[in-house]
Amino acid sequence: MLTAPHLNYALLAPILIVLGGALLGVLVEAFVGKAYRSRLQVSIALLAVVAAFVQLIRVRTQTSNTAAVNSVSMDGAGIYIQLIILALSFVGLLLIADTDNFTAQASSIPGSTEEASAIAAGRQQTEVFPLTLFAIAGMLLFPVATDFITLFVALEVLSLPLYLMAGLSRRRRLLSQEAALKYFLLGAFSSAFFLFGAAFLYGYSGSLSLSGIADGIHSSGANSVFLLIGLIFVSVGLLFKVGAVPFHSWTPDVYQGAPTPITGFMATCTKAAAFGAMLRIFYVGFNDAQWSWRIIFSTIAVITMVFGAIAAIVQRDVKRTLAFSSITHAGFIMISVIALSHDGLSAALFYFISYGFATLGAFAIITLVRDSSGEITDLNRWSGLGKRSPLVAGAFSLFLLSFGGIPLTAGFIGKFTVFTSSYNAGNINLVVFGVLTSAVALFFYLKIILTLFFGEVNNDTLTVVIPSILTRIAIAICVAVTIVLGVYPSIILNSAQTFATFIR
Amino acid sequence: MKNILTVLQLLPLFGVLALAFTPRENSKLIKQTAIVASLLTLVESLIAVWKFDTSQSGFQLTESYNWILAFHIKYAVGVDAISLTLIVLTTVLVPIVFLAGWHESEGGKWGTKTFYVLMLILETMMIGVFAATDVFLFYVIFEAMLIPVYFLIGGYGRGERAAAALKFLLYSLFGGLLMLAAVIGIYIISVNQTGGTFDVTELSKLTIDQSTQNWLFLGFFIAFAIKAPLWPFHTWLPGAAKSATAGTSTLLLGILDKVGTYGMIRFCLALFPGATKTFAPWIIALAVISILYGAILAIGQKDINSLIAFTSISHFGFITLGIFALTSQGISGATFYMINHGISTAALFLTAGWIVKRRGSSQIEDLGGLQRVVPVLAWCFFIAGLSALALPGLSSFISEFLVLIGSFAKYPVAAIFATTGIVLAALYVLLVVQRSLHGEVKSGNEGMLDLNLREKIAIAPVIAILVIFGFFPKPILHPLNVATLSVMNQIGVTDPDIKAGK
Repeated sequence: MLTAPHLNYALLAPILIVLGGALLGVLVEAFVGKAYRSRLQVSIALLAVVAAFVQLIRVRTQTSNTAAVNSVSMDGAGIYIQLIILALSFVGLLLIADTDNFTAQASSIPGSTEEASAIAAGRQQTEVFPLTLFAIAGMLLFPVATDFITLFVALEVLSLPLYLMAGLSRRRRLLSQEAALKYFLLGAFSSAFFLFGAAFLYGYSGSLSLSGIADGIHSSGANSVFLLIGLIFVSVGLLFKVGAVPFHSWTPDVYQGAPTPITGFMATCTKAAAFGAMLRIFYVGFNDAQWSWRIIFSTIAVITMVFGAIAAIVQRDVKRTLAFSSITHAGFIMISVIALSHDGLSAALFYFISYGFATLGAFAIITLVRDSSGEITDLNRWSGLGKRSPLVAGAFSLFLLSFGGIPLTAGFIGKFTVFTSSYNAGNINLVVFGVLTSAVALFFYLKIILTLFFGEVNNDTLTVVIPSILTRIAIAICVAVTIVLGVYPSIILNSAQTFATFIR
Repeated sequence: MKNILTVLQLLPLFGVLALAFTPRENSKLIKQTAIVASLLTLVESLIAVWKFDTSQSGFQLTESYNWILAFHIKYAVGVDAISLTLIVLTTVLVPIVFLAGWHESEGGKWGTKTFYVLMLILETMMIGVFAATDVFLFYVIFEAMLIPVYFLIGGYGRGERAAAALKFLLYSLFGGLLMLAAVIGIYIISVNQTGGTFDVTELSKLTIDQSTQNWLFLGFFIAFAIKAPLWPFHTWLPGAAKSATAGTSTLLLGILDKVGTYGMIRFCLALFPGATKTFAPWIIALAVISILYGAILAIGQKDINSLIAFTSISHFGFITLGIFALTSQGISGATFYMINHGISTAALFLTAGWIVKRRGSSQIEDLGGLQRVVPVLAWCFFIAGLSALALPGLSSFISEFLVLIGSFAKYPVAAIFATTGIVLAALYVLLVVQRSLHGEVKSGNEGMLDLNLREKIAIAPVIAILVIFGFFPKPILHPLNVATLSVMNQIGVTDPDIKAGK
């Protein structure tokens, strides 16, 4: 006789709520008239995220490694990462709510009469909201999944909507669709790698669960070539998602082509989720096999930091610059993965927040700087923006300073925690590389600020649109988080330290 | 009053707050508000001096509150004689700069209000950086301080100001990042030995092995050498000094760069005594090169502001020489030198600034015969120049003399080379005096106006300080000596015995 598996619904509720919201969104898309649809979709999405957040807060002290049989471990770090993803998603949704960034009808051919008539009739499709919710659900599941099947499912649930969302841009649609296709093809490859690696790990340990693999490593009877192959292929899949060199090549193109709110969403939430999963896999699964991956990961972290920083210098497109900057930051977060300690874990948690809000804020600002044909991403044309609208330029500079790690911004504390954890773990070389890279990265952040404030005012058609109320709220949240965490980081640091534990 | 130092840091910020409510157009009211705020700060700093017990070593007027518990970081402030004199130097110079550069803010990119907001924020940070006794707090202000300066140079300067501002910022931040690694390093050591602290007194009690000390020392030292600036880390300075307004240059060279030499004493010497002794001869060599290099290049300068910048490189060489001679005369001379250099640089930059503003050119060759046209201004510039060449009777003579005595005891060769710096100083000062003040009145200079009352009020205290401390340095030298002895005690060095000659 078959018995139904036991599920801990209270702990799974956040994921289920978001999935439910997504399904509801699909129905709304199909059945509700265009007059209310957009507003309803935004409300459902925001409500689902808030409800999930509240539910998570309610169960924050519980831990269970049998939340969904043996496939999901809800523990301090997992819950904290989920909270971060939800908070970032909330801000991301506020930006996505400005549907002006999205094509009216994604199925129409760019430049066709069909597209024109859809825009003229105001037939704005809003499938982006349920898609976002699906992606969020996948992201919530990814960092708490403890076996490779669930991990793979979560990876796909979070990735597939993103591939679509990358192609939804209203303007420069061909570029957007190219980005989507590129992201999809490379993403599919990396997922395949991930699955292939999981198969090898099964071959090595006879188990798909992280704890089973850890036991396998511990008993160390099996052929460690299988372990190595499996580990490397699984890492490829993860490193692709976080955009680490040499698996980064999609990042600049996709960041540039995707609608800017989506780029912000991807750059923060996807990264947090993927790093969350990476942290769990390496802290729980591969902890005892450090000899095999620590040196490789250290090398990759260094290359990622250095390459991102150097490549960013020569960019003239603001979205591409931020893409390379995000690569550099992926390198910084990797440093804390390699630290493999409680400090490292809490440093990573803090870094997600400090980096995430600054990134969302920066992309939110990009959506505001436009001319008649859409966003202006050419940095030369941003010249003198400080004169035209000091507030927007000031906020953007604040985010850049935070990326650069200037004290009294959240980014500085983030870097400090990461470097401290790494130093404490004995990886002094990584700290030195991190510090030197920061210096290089500062160069291009400061150059942008220089252009904004000291550049000649271009006499062109650039305008800074008056942001919608939701976008304003989003930017205000990002500014507040960046400053408050820079001045008084204890609010987050203390809780991050309390929550930074994985259970097996 | 319990929290003197905190209040001292907050007063300029209250000024900023008041400015926020001042109408943008009323530039006169803005300036008055800023001056009142800076004068209140000055009064508060004098109260701090009054409360300060000069006979004691160690930090006084201390305050300590938890800030970031997770890393044992505290908001901890306190002063000894060295930091207190630098704080007073700050609070004295800021109102003078405001008064002297009444119209400085007007040619800028963002108007008067932003200028004074930036200046007052900078004052808060300058006080904070000297008052901090928590290494992390020091580091945070050390770095954050750069941002207002960046905007002051870039927004209100002349010529290639944006590039100069960027260069300044990148150099300083690069040094700062190296220091960050060292700060983290020493923190981790303290975690392993005592459970973790950033308190500078506690950190100085750690036992750190020699090779680690060397690395950490270098992390701190390079940051300070860039700041100070010492050859070969100086290349950002001339550009920044040339592009910044007179007031900004005064604060930049007069006070901000002192953070470098101050940091050497407070952190390099106190935290890493072993490494200090290892590196001292090398640093002495760099200091001597700085002295000569700065002086020789100053002679060849055509621009009056870069001339002052190069003289400063030379003077910072003297200060560093005094510090790393590790003798009581050397260190107390160096700390006194910091004050004097602040004052005399202020005099030079402010008078030069007036000349440049009146003439509309900073090229020395455009000046000439100013003594006849603007006698008061010319005299002021002359006295400032004499102070730069350390004429006996002016306070800078005493400090330079002390540094040379102090270094001669241990490094006679270096001291002899450094002495030639004095000769070169006479050369560069007297040459520029001759070219700009004497001789025929060059065309374009005839219509220049002499100092008005406001400018006279601004420069008078500066010259007064130079003369008074020149004849009667004891009130300032004595407490500096007490602090110096405690520093030497910490490092474990003593003065060499000097055998009396027959």
